[in-house]
Amino acid sequence: MRRNGKGASFLSTKESKKSKSKPSASNGKPTRKELEQLVEDLRWMYRIREFEDQSMRAFRNGLAGGYLHVYTGMEAVAIGWIGEKREDDPVIAAYRDHAYPMLMGVSPYEVMCEIMGRRDGTSKGKGGSMHLYSAEKHFFGGWGIVGGHTAMGAGLAFAIKYRGEDRVALCFYGDGAANAGIVYEAMNMASLWDLPVVFLIENNQVAMGTRLEYHAADPELHKRAVGFGIEHERVDGMDVIQVRKDAARILDYVRKNQRPYVVEVMTYRFAGHGAADHDQSLYRSKEEVEQAKKRDPILLLSQYLLKHGAIEESDLEQMQKEAEKEMAEVYEKASAAPKPDPHEVYEDVYTDMQPEEGH
Amino acid sequence: MSPEIAAPPIEKKNYLTALKDAIRLEMQRNPDMICIGEDIGLLGGAFGVTEGLQEEFGADRVIDAPISEAAIVGSAIGMALRGRTVMVEMQFIDFISCGFDQIVNNAATMAYRTAGKASVPIVIRGPSGGYGGGGPYHSQQNEAWFAHSPGLKVVCPSTPRDAYGLMVASLRDPNPVIFYEVKDLYRKREIEEEIPEDTYVPLGSASVVREGSDITIISYGNPMHMCIKVAGMLADDGVEAELIDLRTLVPLDEETIYRSVKKTGRVLVVNEASRTCGFAGEVIARINENCFEYLDAPPLRVTRADTPVPWVQPLELAVLPSVEQIYETALRIAKF
Repeated sequence: MRRNGKGASFLSTKESKKSKSKPSASNGKPTRKELEQLVEDLRWMYRIREFEDQSMRAFRNGLAGGYLHVYTGMEAVAIGWIGEKREDDPVIAAYRDHAYPMLMGVSPYEVMCEIMGRRDGTSKGKGGSMHLYSAEKHFFGGWGIVGGHTAMGAGLAFAIKYRGEDRVALCFYGDGAANAGIVYEAMNMASLWDLPVVFLIENNQVAMGTRLEYHAADPELHKRAVGFGIEHERVDGMDVIQVRKDAARILDYVRKNQRPYVVEVMTYRFAGHGAADHDQSLYRSKEEVEQAKKRDPILLLSQYLLKHGAIEESDLEQMQKEAEKEMAEVYEKASAAPKPDPHEVYEDVYTDMQPEEGH
Repeated sequence: MSPEIAAPPIEKKNYLTALKDAIRLEMQRNPDMICIGEDIGLLGGAFGVTEGLQEEFGADRVIDAPISEAAIVGSAIGMALRGRTVMVEMQFIDFISCGFDQIVNNAATMAYRTAGKASVPIVIRGPSGGYGGGGPYHSQQNEAWFAHSPGLKVVCPSTPRDAYGLMVASLRDPNPVIFYEVKDLYRKREIEEEIPEDTYVPLGSASVVREGSDITIISYGNPMHMCIKVAGMLADDGVEAELIDLRTLVPLDEETIYRSVKKTGRVLVVNEASRTCGFAGEVIARINENCFEYLDAPPLRVTRADTPVPWVQPLELAVLPSVEQIYETALRIAKF
């Protein structure tokens, strides 16, 4: 490592204690229903992780276009927040976007097809890994210009308000995007006009290869909401039980008060920035990654479920194997799927679609 | 003869009122339409294009936004993705650069990157152009930036009737439209005209303003009126010019251009913007690609010089296209 940063200091469990939520379920006795949901969360963690392994494989094998960014290590954030939102609450996100649409009902096959540029992909191969989209599932895109989509997040919330709908818009972005000026134009509008939007900073503590402490004058990014009079806090993003609690509470606040919220969810990516990030030692040590893996969301959740007798050791292996098999099949099926015809390149530059349709 | 009851004369409208009326008509017709911009509500816009709209439609539909062009455009796209039609006013079209990323990366690509599953029905309009002593940041005609970005439509009317008809068409188009209003024409008396309410000018249709057989002069926006003067001067010299007002740059009405050029064999293109990579260059390139064998003279262009727009008028007028410059260049082509 070239510069000796402080390491993953924000990942300690004490983060969640600072949270305004009631203590995590791990302190009380969970109900059977809660445990069932958490087992499902664990299954999703395995599925997303396996999916990402397969997407990396697609990249390595030259099947996945130019750029690819995996969500490995950050699964609890999307699982918790999307798990707690309502089905029709719209989501908009940045470029590390494979997990959200799958959690919202787009099939892994369609996502993999888009990554591999196949006709069955969410955008018939014209969008790609960073630009998944499914309005019918309320996913309004992964976006490739860092920070640029946050104003659209405010716009989605504006449409909710204008239509008088009981929905909350979720706008995911990273710690790197938090330095883009447009984020603050959007926050100002959201507060000024009482828009029901959650600005959700997935703080994985490194913007590509620039560590948080080197890119942010004050690394507590949630505090930037102060200037706009928006409620804000930093919460944990590795323990999905805690993530769900915080998400439920904050979504409820936004829905009830019709006010925006800025939440900084502390997380960590175990993989490189992108599939072509070959030398992570330039910005972080192996020890730091190992340290962070002690709070691997899969580890935390499986320990909890084992402790409460919801699963046995053998179930873990079983879940992992099922996910492996499923995603390997997704890979095979997608790689055999047809590519778009060359003539399709001129289609959809302009559209005849009237705005009423498809929304 | 039976006595006739004279129909009440239709009021002549200026360019600005035409725009205002078109926007109002669409606001009445389309309850899902919203207007957003800086000082467009309470103040009615810096030039008055949106005057009275907030009073009529309320502050929820005619929204005074903070000075945040990027987020104005970005939030408009977000609204559009949920089915709103949004009219965005740039106080001056020069300020559009602050929203550039949102326009060229997000709005322009939306239909394509979703394989036609999403549309962005927004119109970004604003006052453009020089001849008013506005200096470098209040005088630009930067349409080439957006004509260069596939997925956007680009419009620039030169008359009140076209301003009205094109605005209606733009606000009904499901694609993002960048609409250049010529602020120098907003209140020009001599171009006022009657505008029937159902006037509609489809995007992508040029108009032949004057027929002629000796030279084709193609322009749009403010210089169009200079070209009309020049056509009169040329006629005194025995040169009959055919005048084409493009009205829409994207999509471009190539058919009307080529039909005329094939007839006259000589062509001059005039745009107010700076020279390098200006739209006149694009028109000439396409004429070369499609009508080369019909040409009797090299196609030429008159544009602004490759300088920023200076503040002081003698200098400003020196760099912008002028009647003299257009006349001399047209004569050169005619005599070639």
